Amino acid sequence: METAIEVKDLVVHRGKKPVLHGLSCQIPRGSVTGLLGPSGSGKTTLMRAIVGVQIVKSGTVTVLGKPAGDKELRRRIGYLTQAPSVYADLTVRENARYFASLYDGVPKSQADEIVADVGLADQANQLVGTLSGGQLSRASLACAMVSKPDVLVLDEPTVGQDPVLRDELWKRFRDLANAGSTLLVSSHVMDEANRCDRLLLIREGRLIADATPAAVKAEAGHDDLDEAFLTLIRAREKAVV
Amino acid sequence: MKPRILGNTIQRILRQLRHDRRTVGLLLVVPVLLLTLLYYMFPDPKLPLVPPVFDRVGLVMLGIFPFVIMFLITSIAMLRERTTGTLERLLTTPLGKLDLLFGYGIAFGVAAAVQAAIASAVAYWLFDLDTAGAKGLVILIAIANAVLGVALGLFCSAFARTEFQAVQFMPVVVVPQILLCGLFVAREEMAGWLQAISNVLPMTYAVEALQEVGKNADPTGLMWRDLGIVAGCVVVALVLAAATLRRRTA
Repeated sequence: METAIEVKDLVVHRGKKPVLHGLSCQIPRGSVTGLLGPSGSGKTTLMRAIVGVQIVKSGTVTVLGKPAGDKELRRRIGYLTQAPSVYADLTVRENARYFASLYDGVPKSQADEIVADVGLADQANQLVGTLSGGQLSRASLACAMVSKPDVLVLDEPTVGQDPVLRDELWKRFRDLANAGSTLLVSSHVMDEANRCDRLLLIREGRLIADATPAAVKAEAGHDDLDEAFLTLIRAREKAVV
Repeated sequence: MKPRILGNTIQRILRQLRHDRRTVGLLLVVPVLLLTLLYYMFPDPKLPLVPPVFDRVGLVMLGIFPFVIMFLITSIAMLRERTTGTLERLLTTPLGKLDLLFGYGIAFGVAAAVQAAIASAVAYWLFDLDTAGAKGLVILIAIANAVLGVALGLFCSAFARTEFQAVQFMPVVVVPQILLCGLFVAREEMAGWLQAISNVLPMTYAVEALQEVGKNADPTGLMWRDLGIVAGCVVVALVLAAATLRRRTA
């Protein structure tokens, strides 16, 4: 399978502290890859490096054959930050349309469709500042997806969402991947991991697993992903000691 | 810079402003209220033979108000772009840094034009402001000064992490310019070192340009030179502001 994102020996320091220690991984095109790991493990830093907004110490990140952050990539990549980044004093529709207008050939109608896709059709004319937390993060998600980018990097897109909506959002992610987009989605929720084509588990800035959910379970000998990860982490720690 | 993205960004900023009715109200009404205070502060302006103080001070204030207000509004608006993450998101899209900076400059410039027109109209028709030169030039200089406030606000917001800090840049950046611009004490009467500071502060030139319009029926060369200096300072401040926008951060 063709590689969309390739990370090689990536080292990132934030302040004086190393956050990623020579991390390498490959993400195939047209797939949904789950990025899992505890808070502070380096998930967001890895995503920022892929999007090209992170200053890196060494190593390379290649996205669609170009170095991450390349000017060319800016129209092909969508990024959802962990904290909702939308304009509170605009309506949901105005936000989506503004972000759509930054790309060539994205019609207003596409912005309106995406707003409906994330379940905000009824709130389209509401000011973002008056939305609930879950609605707010969906408004932000709509703005990240609005150009239907080739690469979509989503930092915890489903936190605080109702289970039915979460299910619908995952169906949308799957549709996008089927249409050829590459998605990297970080999450805390293990039942979401089962919906990914591949999983990357990172802990303390190091890659612990990079495989399909089935392979992770098989390697650890557990059917439950939570248990499987625990086993892998313990095995890794023993190996290091 | 791409005209389409710039245009959409200007529209977006104006839309944000339009949703915030209270800010729009303050923007339009506050200069008028301050002019009113100023007008009644001075002795009866209708005394014969005494050139009304309001003609001198009111005229200069028409340039100072938009500068101060736009500086404040812009530094907070830009700080919000930074703290809410919208700036980081924008910088991952095809938007260019100058699209954003000129977007703010032009959008708030439009707001400043409306503000300056209303304040000038009140000053001329209600308070009998008398200038030898054209009213249009007064408004033009007021707008230039407002855009200068926007540009400095965009630049200064880079050095503030919170709104508390951003607000405190006002006394640092704005007050010295008001004190030394020649309104309180004529620049020629200041000590040499004060004059030297005054010479490098852009507001000095905006105020001098307004005074030229006050004194002369036709636009003078000095006025155009001063206006050019203000415009030059706007460009320099925008370039410096662009340098503070980093696509990659630690």
